[in-house]
Amino acid sequence: MSAQMNYLDGNAAAGELSKIFAIDVTTAEGKCAHCGAIRRFAEAHLYMQCPGVVARCCVCEHILLRFANVRQQVVLDARGMAYLVMNAG
Amino acid sequence: MWRIGTVAALRDETATARTITLEVPDWPGHLAGQHVDVRLTAEDGYSAVRSYSIASAPNSAKRLEITVERLPNGEVSPYLTQQVAVGDRLELRGPIGGWFVWRPEQPEPIQLIGGGSGIVPLMAMIRSHGSAKSAAPFRLLYSVREPGVVFYYDELRKRSENGRSLTITYAYTRATPKDSPRPPSRIDAWLIAEAAWPSKLVPTCYVCGPTPFVESVAGFLSAGGNGPDKIKTERFGPTGGRK
Repeated sequence: MSAQMNYLDGNAAAGELSKIFAIDVTTAEGKCAHCGAIRRFAEAHLYMQCPGVVARCCVCEHILLRFANVRQQVVLDARGMAYLVMNAG
Repeated sequence: MWRIGTVAALRDETATARTITLEVPDWPGHLAGQHVDVRLTAEDGYSAVRSYSIASAPNSAKRLEITVERLPNGEVSPYLTQQVAVGDRLELRGPIGGWFVWRPEQPEPIQLIGGGSGIVPLMAMIRSHGSAKSAAPFRLLYSVREPGVVFYYDELRKRSENGRSLTITYAYTRATPKDSPRPPSRIDAWLIAEAAWPSKLVPTCYVCGPTPFVESVAGFLSAGGNGPDKIKTERFGPTGGRK
């Protein structure tokens, strides 16, 4: 748990991430590349007090995903996520 | 991706919170618990985006309601609670989120726990429960500072009258009404044990509020034997930065 508790959760990033993902990301199941925990993206801890958005694993707090709007570009770094499974049904 | 919503009605809920009814001709419909992003753009092109929970039940009327609490030093909420007028147009993105939602086909007991304006998405669930005539038993535990800042008080009272499947417990943290059975206090393990569904009934729990509130309540629910997959949380708080 973060000492400061200044995070939100994955729900809060879903609007911005809809620029990239055509399918709702909050129900997607992701695996943390660091600790291996498999959780819904909605459960990630989300930090928005920065130019972009940082999502961290709710179990080990390692970075899952970083996302930023830089001028006309959308930058996504998802190396902290081993995989993300989305429900296309 | 951004839709235009026209303000159709305004209603004050408390001295600092206002419900805004929006008419959105291309609204695809929503589920109880979802939110929308609202974007305001200044004349110089600076824009700010904030997320607001939808307060209204799913309907086919191309209308939705959000309830906005004015935050001190907020960039967007002072405009939405003090300046916006009927007929104004707002940019909206959504509906967003499929995780923190209640669907009328869910038969299990439902435990709602809200802190402050965290009541808003839970109210959408309560309204959806009513309009769908669901028989799922609902309990609401609503933590608020004092009686004057309770949202939807009269409607909640009506919806919980005898014979309805909604039971409400208020947890006042600073000042209580005269007839309150408890002194002012935060939600603790004891109150959860008294007012929430026992975990052996396997309720689905929806917890919404500021992050420290959600962490604390989710911890009590978990310690009380509710599984992690049965505790759904939505945290809110100030967000910042240019978008």
